[in-house]
Amino acid sequence: MPNEYRSGEPAGGFLKIENLAKTYIPGAEPVFDSVNFELAKGEFACIIGHSGCGKTTILNVLAGLEAATAGVAIMSGREIAGPSLDRGVVFQGHALMPWLTVRKNIAFAVRSKWPQWSARQVDEHVQKYVTLVGLDQAIDKKPSALSGGMKQRVGIARAFAIQPKMLLLDEPFGALDALTRGTIQDELLRICRETRQTVFMITHDVDEAILLADKILLMSNGPRARVAEIVVNTMPADRQRATLHHDAQYYRIRNHLVDFLVARSKDLSGGRAPLKPPFVTPGLQAIDLAEPGVEEPIAVKPVQLQRVV
Amino acid sequence: MNEPKTLRAKAALLSAFFLAFILVIWYTATLPTKTAAPTLTAEQSEYAKLMGKDPQAGGGAPSKSAFPTPAQMGSTIVGHLSDPFYDNGPNDKGIGLQISYSLARVGLGFSLAALFAIPLGFLIGMSPLAYRALDPFIQLLKPISPLAWMPIALYTIKDSSISGIFVIFICSVWPMLTNTAFGVAGVRREWLNVSRTLQVTPMRKAIEVILPAAAPTILTGMRISMGIAWLVIVAAEMLVGGTGIGYFVWNEWNNLSLTNVIFAILAIGLVGMALDLVFAKAQKAVTYAE
Repeated sequence: MPNEYRSGEPAGGFLKIENLAKTYIPGAEPVFDSVNFELAKGEFACIIGHSGCGKTTILNVLAGLEAATAGVAIMSGREIAGPSLDRGVVFQGHALMPWLTVRKNIAFAVRSKWPQWSARQVDEHVQKYVTLVGLDQAIDKKPSALSGGMKQRVGIARAFAIQPKMLLLDEPFGALDALTRGTIQDELLRICRETRQTVFMITHDVDEAILLADKILLMSNGPRARVAEIVVNTMPADRQRATLHHDAQYYRIRNHLVDFLVARSKDLSGGRAPLKPPFVTPGLQAIDLAEPGVEEPIAVKPVQLQRVV
Repeated sequence: MNEPKTLRAKAALLSAFFLAFILVIWYTATLPTKTAAPTLTAEQSEYAKLMGKDPQAGGGAPSKSAFPTPAQMGSTIVGHLSDPFYDNGPNDKGIGLQISYSLARVGLGFSLAALFAIPLGFLIGMSPLAYRALDPFIQLLKPISPLAWMPIALYTIKDSSISGIFVIFICSVWPMLTNTAFGVAGVRREWLNVSRTLQVTPMRKAIEVILPAAAPTILTGMRISMGIAWLVIVAAEMLVGGTGIGYFVWNEWNNLSLTNVIFAILAIGLVGMALDLVFAKAQKAVTYAE
């Protein structure tokens, strides 16, 4: 997709979320409000926050499956008003059609994107993406014959196969065991690097976020949750899962994320989070704060660590 | 592997034993009974002679039950099966022909019901408005015995054969309608979301997502409908007469041929079983493992 990448585009201009809010019960406090953030083309963003803060709702708004109560989401200069083949979604529960084989599940998506293609063209395209996720052996199996990890791989292949401008992943590895999760994370990282895919992903796994994301959006608790802070992942771009924890930055970022989830996310609930999330670079703390292109982090006031039940 | 095999063999053996037991009871129950000759007074004996009966032989002869013995039953079955499709006029047709008439009526009524109920069930399942609007009618019409429609059908259609088909139609509609609506409404949200994010056209969504997802439930409805239709056709044909297995049963009752009635009952059971088996197979074919 490098040809689509315009260097003149301002950083963060690809996806713009402005003052997004969602109220489920009219008159009640919104689940989240004033959600503001931007993503540049090719960026990988993870959003972290406690359950119920509205992460999935934000993802559904981006997917066009749900409408926000207020605010707009703009992708490539156009407001997101409904589902589009420009955005691929990987669902939490893989959402494969159990009556179709792997090949037909992916072909279903491919035929939706290119209805004019011949059966051979569709099949070649399908095979390419099945190979990409390493499932050639299982291409004619039904989902019930696959393991959880393989099913999620099919879901990823299906989302990639339509060559979307943006990929949305709703906690795709939540139900997988740690080993499988690691392998698929590596695969996802490789594919995203190869294709320079723009990704928005929900996760509960702090380590997953540090491995995969360029930007980690931290969400405060609801009601009136907001994106309270954007952590810029300052670790080297070619980071590997195996060596990640040897980097000095890793623990600084990790501690920052965990501290946020344990204590600050609660303190910033109810609309106490800033309207525009500041960029922070905990990985560079005590090294060099004045990296170009990165806004100086605001002073974070220390908070008492609380035991959460 | 071995365990279920022996279980199956045991079950078959036990079934055979039950059959044998029933046959023995049947055989002994229908044995000719020799009743002692009643002692007649001189007047009674004289009267019997006047009526052209032999008072000595009459009482002493073995009295035969009208209920057939297993042997008579067997020869009747062989007789019917050796020529199932003969046609000697309106009141004398082979059993195969009669069953074919019934099957044709059921097939026609059932197919019409499927053509009506499955699309309407789709609509009800997909639209909460349609569901709420039509639910009172369905709830009211569903418990009505299909035969209760017969007078109205006969009055409006003025044809007994088509009325029979209408009765089959009306009894087949409800299980298919409610099951289709239930299956369509229960299609997993995430599959629908997949088709939404892929901007699948409504027609493709209905045929490629909702239909296969709801197919097991729809087939269950069809299976129930077919079972009911086969129950109702016998009663309907007894009413409208003319042809069909139900008419055959009633006609043989009027002929006082219990043997033929029993044979017809067995045939009805076997055909019903075969129909159910066909739908069970179809159901298995569309069921998916998640």
